[in-house]
Amino acid sequence: MLTKRIIPCLDVKDGKTVKGINFKEIKDVGDPVELGKLYAEFGADELVFLDITATHEKRKTLSTLVERIAKNINIPFTVGGGISSIDDVSILLQSGADKISINSAAVRNPQLITNLANRFGSQCVVLAIDTKFDNNDWYVYLNGGRIKTDIKAYDWAKEATEKGAGEILLTSMNHDGTKQGFAIDITKKISTNVNVPVIASGGAGTMEHFYDVFTDGNADAALAASIFHYKEIGIPQLKEFLKQRNISIRI
Amino acid sequence: MKVAIIKYNAGNVCSIYNAINRLGIEPIITDNSEQILTADKIIFPGVGEASSAMQYLKQHNLDSVIKDLKQPLLGICLGMQLLCRFSEENNTPCLGIFNQDIKKFTSSNKIPQIGWNSIDTLSSELFKGINNNEYVYFVHSYYAEISENTIAATDYGIKYSSALQKGNFYATQFHPEKSGFIGSKIIENFINL
Repeated sequence: MLTKRIIPCLDVKDGKTVKGINFKEIKDVGDPVELGKLYAEFGADELVFLDITATHEKRKTLSTLVERIAKNINIPFTVGGGISSIDDVSILLQSGADKISINSAAVRNPQLITNLANRFGSQCVVLAIDTKFDNNDWYVYLNGGRIKTDIKAYDWAKEATEKGAGEILLTSMNHDGTKQGFAIDITKKISTNVNVPVIASGGAGTMEHFYDVFTDGNADAALAASIFHYKEIGIPQLKEFLKQRNISIRI
Repeated sequence: MKVAIIKYNAGNVCSIYNAINRLGIEPIITDNSEQILTADKIIFPGVGEASSAMQYLKQHNLDSVIKDLKQPLLGICLGMQLLCRFSEENNTPCLGIFNQDIKKFTSSNKIPQIGWNSIDTLSSELFKGINNNEYVYFVHSYYAEISENTIAATDYGIKYSSALQKGNFYATQFHPEKSGFIGSKIIENFINL
């Protein structure tokens, strides 16, 4: 039986992880490769590296980093952040990324999704949606949540999967960083109505939150950052918890 | 030990290259018939679409090279599907090593299947030291039915072949190069055949 996936997310800037990390076992706490390896050993099902570097030099830095990650990690990993063209994706896949995630660029140019899917296959095109609930609905936000659009998250998810997105990474801005649990309603609405896997993101604070988003939210995977980085929840402990509650999980 | 990874237009070969490299072997990535024919072990990877992949293989005469191989070959994902007789993906005639066809998932499950699923009824030296129900990583929309060549089975709405073997031809629908420790062990077993 296909299992639910647990996905740690690492924010990377200039080749280093940004958030303070509590792992004492590793020497260079800023090294995303070492952190990724550690997570893989702990049983992470997949990794997401989100590049938040804002310089023109970034493509080079990022592709070098992706090469190092690919050499050292034997589980799937996704790279996202500022990707806007076939060339961007081509470099990252050639460097060893398994999937790429696109966000703002896809909203500005939805054809990009189709072009990437035709060229590289839907399986490596993850559509990231940053969404916020206001005026009685969930709207799509761009540029790391700074720009509001009038596009509804559900409509965008439907359209993007029709255009070829192979997976949806759904982040609720209302929940992100709160540790009060995932956005169950919109996750469920999208996951139940699109035929591609949905990764829920934003709000993880307890192990029950993961249980809730897999059961009530119908999510295929759940992503979190700080609770893993700060060791508030260990991945093996989380997976054991879920397995005991009859969630299909890889131990 | 000379390991050749067949280079063609389907997907990138980075992951499998790195996975073999971690075993201390420097594989070659090639579409040269001579280099493929003289390798000890051959990897036939693949992520992509069946008809364009078959077209490329034929144009480069790699279809007949593959069929004539006597040494162990490991097809992975699309590589496994191309080793079958026919694929429903754009109705593509394939290499026909395995006498069976590739069908599209029609169950109510999401397509493609993406993620970790378990393998059972393991019956090949490819899985030496590996227990039934271990998890490996899959990404696919098409599948091979259970047949006399099945050496591993997986359930995704229906039970299907997650690995096949016929003589020197081995194939996995899952990605051993992305399947953590278990996957590394499978690759190591193949290299040690």
